[in-house]
Amino acid sequence: MSDKETRERKIFRLSRRKALKGLAAGVGALALPGKDASASFWEAFFQKNFRELGKDDLRKVLARMEKEYGAQYGRAVKVKATPPIEGVQYGYALDLSRCIGCRRCVYGCVRENNQSRDPQIHWIRVLQMNKEKGVYLEEAEQYYNPAKVPEPGYFYMPVQCHMCKSPPCTKVCPVQATWTEKDGLVVVDYNWCIGCRYCMAACPYGARHFNWKKPGLPAAELNPDTHILGNRPRPVGVVEKCTFCIQRTRENPGRYPACVEACPVGARKFGNLLDPESEIRYIIENKRVFIFKEDLNTQPKFFYFYAT
Amino acid sequence: MSNRRWSYFFLLARIAAFFLPDAAALAGHQAEEPKTRKEEGAALQFPVPPPPFTPGIFPCSECHKEIKPNPKRRVLKDEHTNIVLNHAQGQRWCLDCHDAANRDKLRLVSGEKIDFSESYRLCGQCHGDKFRDWKVGVHGKRSGEWNGKKEYLLCAHCHNPHDPRYKPIQPLPPPVRPETIR
Repeated sequence: MSDKETRERKIFRLSRRKALKGLAAGVGALALPGKDASASFWEAFFQKNFRELGKDDLRKVLARMEKEYGAQYGRAVKVKATPPIEGVQYGYALDLSRCIGCRRCVYGCVRENNQSRDPQIHWIRVLQMNKEKGVYLEEAEQYYNPAKVPEPGYFYMPVQCHMCKSPPCTKVCPVQATWTEKDGLVVVDYNWCIGCRYCMAACPYGARHFNWKKPGLPAAELNPDTHILGNRPRPVGVVEKCTFCIQRTRENPGRYPACVEACPVGARKFGNLLDPESEIRYIIENKRVFIFKEDLNTQPKFFYFYAT
Repeated sequence: MSNRRWSYFFLLARIAAFFLPDAAALAGHQAEEPKTRKEEGAALQFPVPPPPFTPGIFPCSECHKEIKPNPKRRVLKDEHTNIVLNHAQGQRWCLDCHDAANRDKLRLVSGEKIDFSESYRLCGQCHGDKFRDWKVGVHGKRSGEWNGKKEYLLCAHCHNPHDPRYKPIQPLPPPVRPETIR
């Protein structure tokens, strides 16, 4: 045997197979949590998609979350999983002739739904538009800040999740972490979301928002009445959106969403589309109703109307 | 053979005659289903908070019982000088809505006296379309429970009856621009 052959036998040669093996093992080890990982981390890691959770599993998950948030924020947090009410399809209507663009709804929503204060996340975006141009998005302004609103010559159009009957956002989700519930609410499973943000690209209303950083939510400002698919504290790297205040409206009797309560001019109307006596049905039957980006056939359950 | 056929025919005719009137009545009943929504009439169905009086001003009779009513249309110089009527001022003045005899009541065109807590009936005399919308919860703010107890507001909670246009307010801060986030 020549020197060369001996050397070749003894030398470490990196084959393609070895490299892949090593890489896989290394990446796998990196993904493992360190010694500080708690049991709840592993439970969360192996938690099923919300829609596949059995009753017992769900109870355990809720208990785990309540414990986790309780420790994190130093106060009792209630996490509910209230199911949809039979015979209810939620609908929303907003009176463009009344809205004055004061943004009370924006901050009412932030307080109720535990959005991150820093970095800032708002589920409602109020657009200021020129009355002469009409709904003309190229010149819509969301950063208006005059001393007093409404400014003459402008009207205001708050935009939030439209709870589409044919939602582009849920169709593009590669892991089915977002879906439409039986009562028409489009929700997100924050534990299942992988943060790819496809849904944000698909949504024509800009209604979905991403937690780029760990949400900055002071414990004193936390709303402890939460729903697992709604306003519970979110982890970093997931998408969130308006849920028509699922933690309020799924109760029976349930309060109006926080934005309806916050609106000083009563421009926001909410109700059951299947109830012929509801104010939302009255609006659809009697008022001039306008559907935002109707040409996209998203079939929203959010309507703009003009009451006068 | 043909006799029997005829008897079957008559039997069928009898059976049909027995059922048909019922079917007709049923169809008529369905057509009578109410098509209009429930009209809420009584005042009790509009739970409203107390009227937004200027503190200390009510009851009005506290002062007015000493004063003889002066039905002459004039500019008020001694009291209520802060009230500037900017609400069809050419067509009306104080005593068109405030009752001259009982100052703690409002007065409808019909002469009926109503409480301040029912003032929507007074406003509804002219603003019938808004009143109609308000009753079903479309005009004005309604809070409470969407499928339960609801709370209304009086017209006067948002609109100053003497100057009803909604006044501009300060907006809350605009969202942070993405380019300023680091």
